[in-house]
Parts: sequence; C-alpha cells; structure tokens
Amino acid sequence: MNTVTPTNHAPVRRGMSRSQSERLSTWFSYALLVLGSIVILVPFAWMISTSLKMKADVYIFPPQWIPNPIQWHNYVEAFTTFPFDLYTYNSLIIVVFVLIGTLFSCSFSAYGFSRLQAPGRNFIFMVLLATMMLPSAVTMVPIYLFFNKLGWVDTFMPLIVPAWFGSAFFIFMMRQFFMGIPYELEDSARIDGCSTYGIWARIMVPLSKPVLVTVAVFTFMGTWNDFMGPLIYLTDENKRTLALGLSYFQGSARSAPDLHLLMAASLYAIAPCVILYFLCQKIFVKGMVFTGVKG
Amino acid sequence: MNTKKRWWTRSRREALDGYVFMTPAILGLLFFMLGPIGASAYFSFTEYDILSTPKWVGLDNYVNLFKDSLFWQSLRVTMIYSVVSVPLGLTVSLALALLLNKNIRGIFLFRTIFYLPAVMSGVAVALLWKWIFNPDFGLINWAIGLLSLEGPKWFIDEQWALPPIIIMSLWGVGGSMLVYLAGLQGIPTDLYEAAEIDGANKRKQFRHITLPMLSPVIFFNLITGIIGALQVFTEGFIMTQGGPNNATLFSVLYLYRNAFSYLQMGYASALAWVLFLIILAFTLIIFKSSPMWVFYEGNRRSGK
Repeated sequence: MNTVTPTNHAPVRRGMSRSQSERLSTWFSYALLVLGSIVILVPFAWMISTSLKMKADVYIFPPQWIPNPIQWHNYVEAFTTFPFDLYTYNSLIIVVFVLIGTLFSCSFSAYGFSRLQAPGRNFIFMVLLATMMLPSAVTMVPIYLFFNKLGWVDTFMPLIVPAWFGSAFFIFMMRQFFMGIPYELEDSARIDGCSTYGIWARIMVPLSKPVLVTVAVFTFMGTWNDFMGPLIYLTDENKRTLALGLSYFQGSARSAPDLHLLMAASLYAIAPCVILYFLCQKIFVKGMVFTGVKG
Repeated sequence: MNTKKRWWTRSRREALDGYVFMTPAILGLLFFMLGPIGASAYFSFTEYDILSTPKWVGLDNYVNLFKDSLFWQSLRVTMIYSVVSVPLGLTVSLALALLLNKNIRGIFLFRTIFYLPAVMSGVAVALLWKWIFNPDFGLINWAIGLLSLEGPKWFIDEQWALPPIIIMSLWGVGGSMLVYLAGLQGIPTDLYEAAEIDGANKRKQFRHITLPMLSPVIFFNLITGIIGALQVFTEGFIMTQGGPNNATLFSVLYLYRNAFSYLQMGYASALAWVLFLIILAFTLIIFKSSPMWVFYEGNRRSGK
C-alpha cells in the first residue's frame, strides 16, 4: 500500500476499500446511536413505568418494568394532591407574557443593532455582550432589592417585565440573522415609501421566522423550567409555577416522596416542552444552523 | 448646500430611528444590569438584612469570607465539579455531534432522541436523577447489582455525593451538541475533498480540518460551559440540599442561603463578587490563550 501505484489504478483500488470502510463505519455509527438512544430512553421509560405503578410496587427491587396493575388513577391523584391546574395556569401566564416580550423587544433591538447606523451603536452592543459573561449571581441580590422596593416581590412582575427589555443572547442571535438579509429588499421597500418601522414589521420579522421560532422555543423552555426566579420572587402558595410546585411535591426531609405520583406530575410538566419541540423541530434546527455560531 | 442639508437630515433621522430600536436593550442594560451591578458592589461593603438600612463595614465581608470555612468548602466543591464536568461535557457533546452529523438513514429520529434530554431540564430532571441514583431502589445500583457488585451509597456517603451530579450534567449536553452540529454543517465540504485528493485519511482530516474549523465553536462552548458550571445551583438545591456534610454545597447555593435564608445581603454580595472575579479570571485566561488554538476562518487563505 505504501508503494506508489500507477495513477490509473489508484481510484479503483481506493474506491473499493473506501466503500468497505465506509460501510463498516456506518454500522459502527448505528451501533453507537442505538446504544446512546437506549441510555437516553431508559430513564424516560422508567419514569413512565413508575408513574403507572402502585405505591407499594415503586420500591420493589429489582425494578419491575411493566406495572401490574397499571394505575392510570395516579395521574388523577397527582393532580388532586396539589393544585396543578392553578400552577399550570400560573406558568402559562408567565410564559405567554415572557414570550411576547422577548420576541418583540429582541427582534426590535436587534434591528437597530444590525442595520441602522447610529453613533455609539457598537459600543452599546459590546457592553451588552459583556453582560453575557457576568454571572447572574452578581446581580441577583440587587435586582431582588430593586423589585422589592417597587413592591413587585410575590407578583409575576419580576418574572415577566425584564423579558420586555431584551436579552443579550437573543439580540445577538437575531442580529446575526438580520445581517444576512439582503439590503435590496429594504431599499425597494423604502422606494415604495415604507418607513423604517414598516421595514422592520413587514420585511425583517416575516423573513426571520426560523430564528424567531428558535428564540421562542429557547424562551419557552427556559421560562417553563425556570426554578430559581419563581423560588426567589414567589412566596404565596397560590402563585407557584409548575416547576416550583414540583419541588414542593418531592416530600420533605421527614417524609419520603410518593415517587409514583411525583413521576406522573413530572411527566405532566415535561409534556408541553416535548410537544413543542416536536412541533418546532424542523424550523428549530434549521434556524440554529442558519445562525450558527461562527468566528 | 441643499444636498448637504438633506444628507444630514437623513443620517440623523437614521440615527434617531436606530436609538428608538435599541431602546429596549439600552433600558434593560440600565435597569437590570448596570444599576444592580453597581448596587451589589456597594452592598458588598455593608451589613444589610433588607429590612433596615445598609451599614457600611468596609472590607469586613471580604475578610470574613477568607475566614469562612464554608466559603472555601463551596469553592472547592464548585471547582471540582467544573474541572470534571466541563471537559467531559465538551468531549461528549462533540462526539455526539460528529455522530449525528453523518448522512445516514434515520438520522432525523436520532437527532430528536439525542436532543430530548435538553428539552427537559430543571426540577423534573433533578428529581428523576435523584431517584435513579437512589442507593436502595435506584436504577444505577440495580444495574451494578446485576454484576453482583454492591453500588456506592450515592448522595449519602460524602465521597459519592458529587459524582452523580457530574454524571447527570452530561444529560444536558444537547444544547452544546446542537451548536457543534451547526458548526460542523458550516465547514465547507471542498476542504475535505481537497484533503482527500491529497491523500489525507479520516483521522488526519479530523485533526487538520474539522478541529481547526470547529475551534471557534469549541471556544464558545468552553466559555459558556465554564460560566454555567461555576454557577450550578438547581441540582445541588433540589437533589442534595448541599449535603451530606456540605459535600455538594455549590458556591451559588451558599450565596442563595446567605441572601435569602439568613438575610445577609452584604455578605452574599461579597460572595457574588468573589465568584464573579473567579469566573472573569478563568474567562480571561481562556480568551488570552485563544490565539494559540482558536482558528478563525477569516484568516484562512484558501489553498487548494
């Protein structure tokens, strides 16, 4: 193999060995992918299985994979133990307002940062980027005090209002996307008498659907799963979110949690995220590739 | 004269529009970033319980931090966690991305499955893993039992409390995997074709094309990974409450306790600033080292 082969033979020989090694590597990839999928799906299977078990069977060791009998009733019981409808409602309210705020403010600001020349624009953008490197721990305490002064503690305001003032990460993401949209579109709209605000609303926003969906999915999951925010700001039991409600559901130091009910409740809490991801997946991945982080 | 005047109006008009568009971000910076950052710096020099006015104590909080054994413990725990989990996460997510970048049948389904863990995060996952690592009824010890070995007392034994949280952190690599995947798809295929003509094998192609081309993404994931790892909170709070014997007392968890359980806002602020300086130091070191290993495509001279 090390010897120099005549050029007219080389492609044939190499072609054969390559297709063999490629087939081997494909099989190897499949094996790894299936193995990885099993590792990922086993905990899911276990969660589902446990959520349908009788309390006594949860602790059977070794674990019983198929519950006998199947306790659909667990789901009803989980929801009656804690006011999950109320928690869901609270989570939804927060998520909806955060989503609207994030999508509006980030796409709005990103347009300014990407297309409009204004003195100091780049400096402001750099400061914005620098805040991404700061740990939220640094500002957590003063922001809490700030909201406390405003009388917003124990309301949804601290969880919703900041979203209306943009997020560095998403502004950056949208900016990259806007910068890829051809100027010609903008110019011809301007000639047709469209204002800058009209261009944002009628050209930039409709053309950036994939990145908007990406931001929406990230925002939905982040807000829906957010634990620390509600933990810090909400003290009233009736204002708890689903993520927060779950943690109180795990029992206390003195009492063991009812695992079967806990898993039923957890699956219920995860379901909207999984459904949303399945629905958005195609656009989501595309958007990610399009705005991919590149030097 | 006339044209000059009109030109001026136009660019001023554009600048004005620009500021209007940037308003949300600028206000956000002022309200939720710059103000709180300044305030926390001030509070870190005071004694403050939220209810009464802050009392200036100078460097007392910082001096006390150095004498506080729990602070050192939380720092140690956070460091161990970060040093192990960040490289592990980077490697695993890169390997997964390479695997999922292959053009094989059913890849769409596999991409869905592998991203699934990132979809579910936070409390539900922390609870799930707490249960998986349960020493008596958990899946892990059951699997170890199948090999007729005895599993460790996860979470109960001080020595075995942190490893499950590190293993669990791998569950969340889906996000960085997606960023790698995006980076991989951005590498021009002509580079590989050229390399193949030059007789480079797959391993050489990976070392001389994939890794350099991907280095900006690796850099991004490394920075965000470190920042994230040094601020880990939810896992320690939900799964172990910092125990046993503070073996999983992460820095942010300790900060949270000081601020919201003991109402020592001044001390918590000092803690936050020390943590910030540590994160900044790490970030700067990596930024400084980046010219040695991060390759930006803008510098690439397309050879053959």
